[in-house]
Amino acid sequence: MSDAADLKRTPLHDEHVRLGGKMIGFGGWDMPVQYTGIMDEHHMVRRALGVFDISHMGQFFARGAEAAPWLNSMLTNNVAKLAVGHGQYTLMLNERGGVIDDLILYRIGDTEWLLVVNAAKIEEDFAWLNPRVPAGVTLENRSDEFFGLAVQGPRAAAWLAKFSGGKDAPDRNGIVQVEVGGVPLFIGRTGYTGEDGFEVFGPASDAVKVFGAVLTAGAEFGIKPCGLGARDTLRLEMCYPLNGNDLSPERTPLEAGLGFFVDLEKGDFTGREVLAQQKADGVKQRLAAFKMIGATPPPRSHYAVWKDGAQIGETCSGGLSPTLGCGIGLAYLPIDFAKPGTAIEIDIRGRRFPAQVEKKPLHRGGTAG
Amino acid sequence: MNVPDDLRYAKSHEWLRADGTVGITDHAQHELTDVVFVDLPAVGKVVKAGEVVCVVESVKAASDIYAPVSGKVVAANPALSANPALVNTDPYGEGWMFQLELANPAERDALQDAAAYRAATGA
Repeated sequence: MSDAADLKRTPLHDEHVRLGGKMIGFGGWDMPVQYTGIMDEHHMVRRALGVFDISHMGQFFARGAEAAPWLNSMLTNNVAKLAVGHGQYTLMLNERGGVIDDLILYRIGDTEWLLVVNAAKIEEDFAWLNPRVPAGVTLENRSDEFFGLAVQGPRAAAWLAKFSGGKDAPDRNGIVQVEVGGVPLFIGRTGYTGEDGFEVFGPASDAVKVFGAVLTAGAEFGIKPCGLGARDTLRLEMCYPLNGNDLSPERTPLEAGLGFFVDLEKGDFTGREVLAQQKADGVKQRLAAFKMIGATPPPRSHYAVWKDGAQIGETCSGGLSPTLGCGIGLAYLPIDFAKPGTAIEIDIRGRRFPAQVEKKPLHRGGTAG
Repeated sequence: MNVPDDLRYAKSHEWLRADGTVGITDHAQHELTDVVFVDLPAVGKVVKAGEVVCVVESVKAASDIYAPVSGKVVAANPALSANPALVNTDPYGEGWMFQLELANPAERDALQDAAAYRAATGA
């Protein structure tokens, strides 16, 4: 257990405690890991609707005529593809092509951009970006000014109609700026669960009020507050990487299987040369998803992966999949063993259990589309 | 939290019945969250008080279960293989984990009684 006194609190901290949230330290924040149970909350998001506090995540704003080319030089995806009101998943790399952070970049105006970054990386990301800001661009870290809520599940669209009174709903990966109950909000249609859903950002001072309105609008859909435990099992079933577990400064997005979010043709960006070379040479290791076979303990991070009597890698994420009812995980494996169908073994407390490499995502049929 | 009067309790949140049966407390199962796997000990295993006997896996993490007293494992609950969630739903009944043949019955008296355990956990 972390010392709660050293942990930062979101503006919804007291709400979590009031609702019976079990609080734990995560990335320097005191966050609810669950309210009633991780399984319950997981199934609720897959079947209906759940809401997560994501106020710990960071918001940077970039502005200026030169912001687009600058962001394009700092991030892997192609900024030029974004129309106003659209967003994309993208990565920020170091000079070695390793991942500093993965984030969502939204174009919120002609020359205005919103970056939503990982909670544990806010300071590091800003420290990386800020000294590299060129003339004609301003960058602000406004993370402390915003709360964030992720409303996720197949009923999310119906929820939004109720919540915002039928105002324009964003398309997938879109973002709108609307006023709901007098509070100015950003509502983006994205998430980390594999289901349809929205991420709502607004002024921290209005967090409790908006959280109440979110729950009220969701009552008829059975909305349930969900903790980080379910957030982790939901994302792992989708094989969405968690920075710090599955992404690191020592691994490139190509090794992580995120080549779709890297545009090597768009012009230069930090890490590009390393990635181009790696692509030309062929990646040697790849982040593979696997499923345990039969009744086994669930795999966790840093368990050894074996094949034919030799260790071939280590798990970086693992857990029980509530949807599939078996252990699942992710591991960087030599490319020859990263192919779906490959039989592997996971060492759990000194015993090796059978597993098989599977196609990503492990869960199919989610409503995220 | 349910803390039955007829049991003894270890600081590490295991309970011990007079017949040597061991499980984890209602408080512990609540803290662990949904139990999804119990790595049961082998019958015949000899343990000292405070040693790890087996491991319980919740959705979130793996947690060690300690021997509240020294002894030999004479039984392990086979029902937990098929239904590990019994640890959550019936921690003092069908969710029992293993049974010890006590090496030194006096160790039992060193464990907390229900009142002490209640006070320790704020139950």
